[in-house]
Amino acid sequence: MAKYKAKKILRDGIWDDNPVFRQLIGLCSALAVTNLCMNSFIMGMGLTFVTGLSSFTISLIRQFTPKHIRMMVQVLIIAVYVIIVDIFLRAYMPELSKALGPYVGLIITNCIIMGRAEAYAQNNPPIPSLIDGIANGLGYTLVLLSIAVVREILAFGSIFGIKILGEGFVPWTIMIMPPSAFFLLAIIIWVTHNIQDKKSEVAK
Amino acid sequence: MIELNPLIIFIAAIFTNNMIFSNFLGMCSYIAVSKEIPTSLGLGQAVTFVLACTSIINYFIYYYILVPLNLEFLRFIIFIISIAAFVQLLEMILERYIPNLYYALGIFLPLITVNCAILGVSLFMIIRNYTFFQSFAFSVGSGLGWTLAIVALAGIRQKIKINSVPKGLQGPGIALITTGLMALAFIGFSGIVQIQ
Repeated sequence: MAKYKAKKILRDGIWDDNPVFRQLIGLCSALAVTNLCMNSFIMGMGLTFVTGLSSFTISLIRQFTPKHIRMMVQVLIIAVYVIIVDIFLRAYMPELSKALGPYVGLIITNCIIMGRAEAYAQNNPPIPSLIDGIANGLGYTLVLLSIAVVREILAFGSIFGIKILGEGFVPWTIMIMPPSAFFLLAIIIWVTHNIQDKKSEVAK
Repeated sequence: MIELNPLIIFIAAIFTNNMIFSNFLGMCSYIAVSKEIPTSLGLGQAVTFVLACTSIINYFIYYYILVPLNLEFLRFIIFIISIAAFVQLLEMILERYIPNLYYALGIFLPLITVNCAILGVSLFMIIRNYTFFQSFAFSVGSGLGWTLAIVALAGIRQKIKINSVPKGLQGPGIALITTGLMALAFIGFSGIVQIQ
């Protein structure tokens, strides 16, 4: 039973209720870091770490937090984990940390984390909250990576910095520029909505 | 580093380094609230005002309290607290003294706390080592740029409503495509000025 539930939570977070293309939250950072696969991967991992652990912590202390200051408490807990991520990145991957710039700090205001804290961790025990947070983080990473792979291949002819297209490849300048991120995200939304709509029609 | 004129930063923040089109900040409320022009204009004004005030507060907190105490790594927590506290305070003051404005902006104020643009501007200002006047120009410019973007999108979305859009694209999908086209148009400005 418990295993089945964990599976369902994972599935909800990654696909059925994916934060980015189903609920349209957490877009800010999703678009900004997708110019390179490595950036998006690190960003996704950072977010997964923060969402999982902050959901876990919030759920642990949910009985002791007074209702009307819970927002403040949640923000503080999230900020603590974001600071950990930031310090870790600056210590071990200084170049990446520079490339991500302010977006690591902006994980705090990422609506996904607050959303999960409010919608799930507030009313559920710690372990499912942890799984739920991780699932949503993974869903976010998945979308990020799928945008980043397209952008990096077309813009630089490489994936994770490894050249895969030959010398004759002409880079698409537009893929380096911001508008491409909007277009690609819109296409992802379009495709997934179509697939999911079809499925729900069949289910009926 | 060349000392940039605050006026240049101001223009650049509105057009070439627009919060939405080149930095993707404040996207959540940008997509969610841009259905009607009056509402988006109200939100834009509130964001601009809060941005201008919080960036000044955060500037002083960072350079006069955190840096002397070597507590720079606490800046995320401190900034988010000062923004939340400022918004709360503003809400109370408006409710007490200017009720008209409070009813006009009231519903937007809580939304602003979690608007990434506010925290983003404060963080950019630290990363780019802006002076006081530069930060002020940057924050006001960013706010205006954000307002410009959301009002323009709201206008376009009102027109789109009467057209037929493929089913999967309706709502946020088409808004994102529109934003992409607007961002392409804004690239046309990039020849004017350039900051980082």
